[in-house]
Amino acid sequence: MNAVKLKKGASSHSAYDLKSFIGDTEETHTLAVLVDNEAGVLARVIGLFSGRGYNIESLTVAEVDHEGNRSRITIVTTGTPSVIEQIKAQLDRMVPVYEVHDLTVEGPSVERELALFKVHGKGEKRVEALRTAQIFRANVVDSTLESFVFELTGTPEKIDAFADMMRPLGLSDVARTGVAAIARGT
Amino acid sequence: MNRQMTGADIVVQALKDQGVDTVFGYPGGAVLPIYDAIFQQNDIRHILVRHEQGATHAAEGYARSTGKPGVVLVTSGPGATNAVTGMTDALMDSIPMIVLTGQVPSFMIGSDAFQEADTVGITRPCTKHNWLVKDTDKLAGTIHEAFHVATSGRPGPVLVDIPKDVQFANGKYVAPAKADLGHYKPQVKGDKDAITALVDLMEKAEKPVFYTGGGVINSGKGASLLLRELVKSTNFPITSTLMGLGSYPASGNNWLGMLGMHGTYEANLAMHDCDLMICVGARFDDRITGRIDAFSPKSKKAHIDIDPSSINKVIHVDVPIIGDIGHVLEDLLKIWKSRGRKTKAAEIKKWHAQIDEWRAVDCLAFKNSDKIIKPQYALQRLEALTKDMDRYITTEVGQHQMWAAQYLGFEDPNRWMTSGGLGTMGYGLPASVGTQIAHPDSLVINIAGDASWLMNMQEMGTAVQYRAPVKQFILNNERLGMVRQWQELLHGERYSHTWSEALPDFVKLAEAFGGKGIRCSDPADLDDAIMEMVNYDGPVIFDCLIEKHENCFPMIPSGKAHNEMLMGEADTKNAIDDSGAVLV
Ligand SMILES: Cc1ncc(C[n+]2csc(CCOP(=O)(O)OP(=O)(O)O)c2C)c(N)n1
Repeated sequence: MNAVKLKKGASSHSAYDLKSFIGDTEETHTLAVLVDNEAGVLARVIGLFSGRGYNIESLTVAEVDHEGNRSRITIVTTGTPSVIEQIKAQLDRMVPVYEVHDLTVEGPSVERELALFKVHGKGEKRVEALRTAQIFRANVVDSTLESFVFELTGTPEKIDAFADMMRPLGLSDVARTGVAAIARGT
Repeated sequence: MNRQMTGADIVVQALKDQGVDTVFGYPGGAVLPIYDAIFQQNDIRHILVRHEQGATHAAEGYARSTGKPGVVLVTSGPGATNAVTGMTDALMDSIPMIVLTGQVPSFMIGSDAFQEADTVGITRPCTKHNWLVKDTDKLAGTIHEAFHVATSGRPGPVLVDIPKDVQFANGKYVAPAKADLGHYKPQVKGDKDAITALVDLMEKAEKPVFYTGGGVINSGKGASLLLRELVKSTNFPITSTLMGLGSYPASGNNWLGMLGMHGTYEANLAMHDCDLMICVGARFDDRITGRIDAFSPKSKKAHIDIDPSSINKVIHVDVPIIGDIGHVLEDLLKIWKSRGRKTKAAEIKKWHAQIDEWRAVDCLAFKNSDKIIKPQYALQRLEALTKDMDRYITTEVGQHQMWAAQYLGFEDPNRWMTSGGLGTMGYGLPASVGTQIAHPDSLVINIAGDASWLMNMQEMGTAVQYRAPVKQFILNNERLGMVRQWQELLHGERYSHTWSEALPDFVKLAEAFGGKGIRCSDPADLDDAIMEMVNYDGPVIFDCLIEKHENCFPMIPSGKAHNEMLMGEADTKNAIDDSGAVLV
């Protein structure tokens, strides 16, 4: 019998190393998933991600077609190209899923997120916060003598940038919706 | 015509209209109305199991041996949670199964009511899909949709949770033909261009191999016939996973035996050295591939599968074809024939000569004994004595399962029921009962290990009650043999908790259940004892006392490549390195 003899420590590879064949670099993708608006559908999608160890950067969901009883889930996820392909295939085979779109590769798309920022401050800091909000075109949706609540819509990067500016000016709370995204044009 | 009836009657009517003749179940408070409806009819036979896990595996055995979905009926709470292992098993092995569970009344859901469990929540990851029905008017449609989902595309288990008030209330019945089956419609026809690309590769291949799996069997008997025609007319060699055994006959000229961790030398080396691998309804499981980055390094790979998520999941393939195996093989044959049935016949002949050299190694040879029964010998004798009978085999999980796959031959699909993906000890006995219920006049044998068999041994009661003459062929090594083998190879022969002490007397146990017990410990008596088992008209437990420390070879250790196979005891020293040891 001529089986190969193996030495201890001969291999440093795991049988489960999913050697990435397309590339090892992680990418961020925005997926739009049209689903039946039924009980538990969000739990199914989230369960798929947690059960298979995929990342969720952000997730938004709401009914978009009342007549057709459909909701749209927008998921921002990261992974190697092969993992992203798996995520799409795994989503697509779920029974309540109609369509899965990878907005990151299917042509140009727009992404927007809405955020609310509560900023506490007096005197010069308060003035500076209001001035910065005007530059970012954020709206004041609530104000007291010592605080503002600003509303800002934009790309996640814009919202990050605004948060960075507000932090030294007394930022105390942030609420973000997560990304909603849609393909451009027809 | 929409008829009004109670939810319980709707359940029974929907099952009848779906062609169900058998339900495996266990009653309880939350399903009493359905049991009442079952009592008042004669079209559907209810088989009372002894544990809900038994119901699920019996339904799997029924499904796998008939090609029809298996149906399970259990109560809420513990009834549903006991069914979880069987559903997970069916999900891993793509077995169509419909599980109906009772639930506490809808107005009590969420109140921690008696025997309430979040069944839909618990079973979401172990079903293909599940539903909680809160409205009796929607019950019929949901059950019809459940059958549709379980049986189309890649088959799998589904669950319908039915609160007790929904079973009592009146609602309208909708027949299957009128039901809204939702939008789930998997693609069955393969892409013509992709199939043509595969034909191109087949015409050029010098060392091709078919690597087939359970998908061929799921696709139906027609798919197996097409596969046989394809193998015969191309003369390509063929191997199969554990789940695919029988789709190509073990007596066929091109058969290499099973591949994978305990597959044959010739099958694994053919996979390693081929230049074209045609994967048909298999999924590159880790038991098959071994070390991923050394898996069949020189081949072009094609993959035919109905589930797009199986494509490129583990192994990158050159030609993916998404579709039902039967449909794709039909088109493949058509296109290949229309282009003149070309193959590189001379090169393929050389390839067969190479394979014959590997085959001559005789990897399944073992050292026999005239004093003690070797498990391999027991199975060889069982095979010799029963292979021409109308025979179905189920197994438990462990060494005995691998030996059964190695030493028994399967000539047809649907004759081999085993827990592949999940590896569920306790599967075999209930699966044999479900198989026997579906085929009352056939010989049904469960090849078992002593430890696995005990896990669902209560189902002997079911076998006796329904006069299911199942044969429990226990290869008794008084060990958790497969785990013991790993401890020998990986953990310095420290046999931590792998001895079964205080085993029952299996002969007396058989008699206690009302069956027959046979014990055999001498190789010289084996043939007569096996024939006594086969000829007995009723359930038998056969306690076959075997060599206790026999190892199962060949074996590809975890983390190793196909050409790094252990062939026998001599090869086992330091066989598995540290990185392999973390793998299962
Ligand atoms: C439910 C379950 N628990 C644990 C295991 C792990 N396991 C795999 S094989 C095995 C031993 C099986 O022993 P036995 O049924 O006697 O068969 P043998 O290997 O001795 O033939 C164990 C414990 C399993 N597969 N399933």
